[in-house]
Amino acid sequence: MHAYANPTRFLAIARPLTPWLLGVGLLLVLAGAWAGLTQVPGDYKQGETARILYVHVPAAWLGMGGWTSLALAGLIQLVWRHPLSGIAARAIAVPGMLFTALCLATGSIWGKPTWGTWWEWDGRMTSMLVLLFLYAGFIALTNGDEGQRQGGSLSRGAAIYALVGAINIPIINRSVVWWNSLHQGPSITLRGSSIDNALLWPLGLTLLGFSLLFGAIVLMRMRRIIADNRVAARLRRLADEED
Amino acid sequence: MKAKHQRLVLALVALVGVAGAGVLAASALRDEAAYFRTPVEVQGGKAAVGEAMRLGGMVAKGSIKRQSDGLTIRFVATDGKASVPVEYTGIVPDLFGEESGMVADGRMRADGTFVADRILAKHDERYMPPQMGEMPKNMKAAPKV
Repeated sequence: MHAYANPTRFLAIARPLTPWLLGVGLLLVLAGAWAGLTQVPGDYKQGETARILYVHVPAAWLGMGGWTSLALAGLIQLVWRHPLSGIAARAIAVPGMLFTALCLATGSIWGKPTWGTWWEWDGRMTSMLVLLFLYAGFIALTNGDEGQRQGGSLSRGAAIYALVGAINIPIINRSVVWWNSLHQGPSITLRGSSIDNALLWPLGLTLLGFSLLFGAIVLMRMRRIIADNRVAARLRRLADEED
Repeated sequence: MKAKHQRLVLALVALVGVAGAGVLAASALRDEAAYFRTPVEVQGGKAAVGEAMRLGGMVAKGSIKRQSDGLTIRFVATDGKASVPVEYTGIVPDLFGEESGMVADGRMRADGTFVADRILAKHDERYMPPQMGEMPKNMKAAPKV
């Protein structure tokens, strides 16, 4: 693991990987959207509105997966002080927040025709909204701080914040099991799926596609932070030479 | 013990502590964070007459009766163990129907009828094509509300 904590080694892998993740991700998302909108039937009860699940489910998965990786990066920052972990956490926060917002928005759009309401304060919706605020807090905490000027590492406070915020992830996941809620229970569990295969397969395409896109965005953002660091270092050197 | 091992142990202990606190808080919230009460809870005396609350349950088969004013409906909400009659005046969501889940805002009347101000349809976790009359064998059964 230490080998990849070196920014030069990281760039040697990230540079060729980024266009592949981006290209394959875009293709899969487009294929999944096409299949989900035209190739599968609507749901027996909800009709056409069920198709929003091909965006809603990947968005929820990436919003929660994003914070899980952000918390892992925070842990690595706290314990091993790898320079790349703080950069990764900073790079994950914005797309993570974006997908969380997308999850809430698509859920709301689906909720109106299905439940009859845009928003209710049930366990699932409330805990997901808390995740959105956690992301906003992390971005506010780390944007323009001391660490950003010194290469992108996280302050101890920000790393602890990332770890403590991770408590919300299992709460979101279990919210529809622990408490009775307006949101339905989990459709896809270890025991199988209650989404029929005829409707399920485009979800595989969009789930993988959005995940690859997420990876591409994170790599691009990490590369930008590293490039910024190098520019700053070079400017400092130039300034020193002039003295 | 190296410094980074100390930090690792410290971080993990802190994480376990915070996770434990989270689980305790969540389990303490068990009843408070519930979005609605079930007919069993209502009949078990968990609803005072006139107290604002939400009632959730399945709409019993054959129970929806439209009243003579054309706007008011009466039906029975059930969770398989107990049932509560519900009265509602207004427009229901498209997905409201018999043998499917619903959540109603309102209050209990002294005669044991729940008077709803608003009704939401609850969707279950099954998604399937319309031509399928029966649930396929390989799909896990949806739990009752």
